[in-house]
Amino acid sequence: MTKRLLLPYGLVGPGLLAALALVALPLLLTLSLSFLPFTYADGIGDGFTMANYVEIATDGYYQEIFLRTFLLALIVTGVSILIGAPEAYILARLSPFMRAIAFVVVLGPLLISVVVRTLGWTILLGNEGVINRVLLSIGLISEPIRLMYTFTGMAIALVHVLVPFVVLAVWTSLQKLDPATEQAAESLGAGPLTTLTRIVLPQVLPGVLSGGLIVFALASSAFATPAIIGGRRLKVVSTTIYDEFLNYLNWPLGAALALVLLVIVLVISVGVSRFVERRYKQAFQ
Amino acid sequence: MSRTPIALHIFHWLFVLFMVAPLAVVVLVSFTDKGYISFPFDGASLRWFQAIWNQKSFIDSFWLSLALGATAATLAVVLAVPAAMAIAWHRFPARDLALALLMSPLMLPAIVLGIAILRLLSHLGMTGSLAGLVAAHMVVVLPYVLRLVIAAAAGYDHALSQAARSLGASAWAAFRRIELPQLVPGIAGGWIIAFVTSFDELTMSIFVSSAGTTTLPVRMYNYIANTIDPLLAAISTVLIALTLVLMIVLDRLFGLDRILGGKA
Repeated sequence: MTKRLLLPYGLVGPGLLAALALVALPLLLTLSLSFLPFTYADGIGDGFTMANYVEIATDGYYQEIFLRTFLLALIVTGVSILIGAPEAYILARLSPFMRAIAFVVVLGPLLISVVVRTLGWTILLGNEGVINRVLLSIGLISEPIRLMYTFTGMAIALVHVLVPFVVLAVWTSLQKLDPATEQAAESLGAGPLTTLTRIVLPQVLPGVLSGGLIVFALASSAFATPAIIGGRRLKVVSTTIYDEFLNYLNWPLGAALALVLLVIVLVISVGVSRFVERRYKQAFQ
Repeated sequence: MSRTPIALHIFHWLFVLFMVAPLAVVVLVSFTDKGYISFPFDGASLRWFQAIWNQKSFIDSFWLSLALGATAATLAVVLAVPAAMAIAWHRFPARDLALALLMSPLMLPAIVLGIAILRLLSHLGMTGSLAGLVAAHMVVVLPYVLRLVIAAAAGYDHALSQAARSLGASAWAAFRRIELPQLVPGIAGGWIIAFVTSFDELTMSIFVSSAGTTTLPVRMYNYIANTIDPLLAAISTVLIALTLVLMIVLDRLFGLDRILGGKA
């Protein structure tokens, strides 16, 4: 009998050990690292200090970076929901053949390296890039708009990288939708718009929000796209962590930045999903 | 579809254009005969594809990423299959905690995990080691496998195992002959997603890899940071082509939306 009781632990044990050794332990080590003092002359010292966190909280330089990062994440999330949710709705109405093609186009990029996709955006966004040349040649603008190394450029490229997650989440919740509810609304005299806003939208809202949450979490910690499109001047939190670790070798400050980022992202993620779960339960009890 | 308003059609095609444009320009640029980023309309060639073969560092990184992805995905399967069986089929204290811990790499930003594992490796004196890179990738891709195998295990009818045992099969025989085959679709899908995720992983690998163990995305990133030329576009085009083939295979085998559901 004891053998039977121990079986699940034996099965889950090896994986759990790996997660403890490679996730939990490293995070604890990072936490302890973030309390160590650092000077450029002597490197990482011994002792315990709050200095790294105090610096992040009080230095306007870091406040600006955090503000920029979360503003970027918020905008990217909003735009991704605004264009991703309608696209999922359209996908559901396409013929099977067209839908198969649309899937490859819309979801396929998830399988392609972010470096490749960002390279495409650097070719499109430059002053001599495709977008500017097209706009110039049709006379819509008289001189190139700066898109590379700008906030707008970062936002555009990040939406491209992350919007498939919204499409996927909304598509999944559309699949669970009972078509009878739409038919019932129509037979009771609701127009297409009323059916969409009063019947379809409330039912897929959890999907929209969970997709948005994934985008927000990934956008606020994205590295490659902000690093390449934003360049060295337009820093976000993750590129700042990279610089502290690999250029300035100020690991304690980098660790503190990473933990502040982690806590903010986790608090927002858990908070929103709790809120969604509560609302969702109330609506469908 | 006939009742879909025209505005939705226009929106759909604009969306498709938005998704395809950055990849299409990469592919186009890779066929230029110029030495800089330009379109091949006034002169096309395959010179940049030939040039890839002379870039030994990129070729080495490609093979490294391929081997790393396969190893990490396989190790993740070895750990995730028993864990998924325990979580899907047994009720035990700490079950939810175990699941949360195993899935936690999905919740953690890659950059945080990257510096955390770098910190661990520097403690152990293993900075830049291949073993460290493999371990880091394994734990990051494990949740993808776990999720798909749990989904496959959830639909399993335990009467089959009981029938096998009552007919005299050992627990191991029942697992290998009856239970495991039922999990194979989940395992195969999970392995592929795990492999692709590892192959594409950049942010964490930047911290964990070293000069001797530079994965392909890291090498490409370092290259872009300095210069953008058609060589990189040619390498990207090869990757896009390989991904396209993989996508068609995946869609035939599993359905693209279902397998990618494991990624989100």
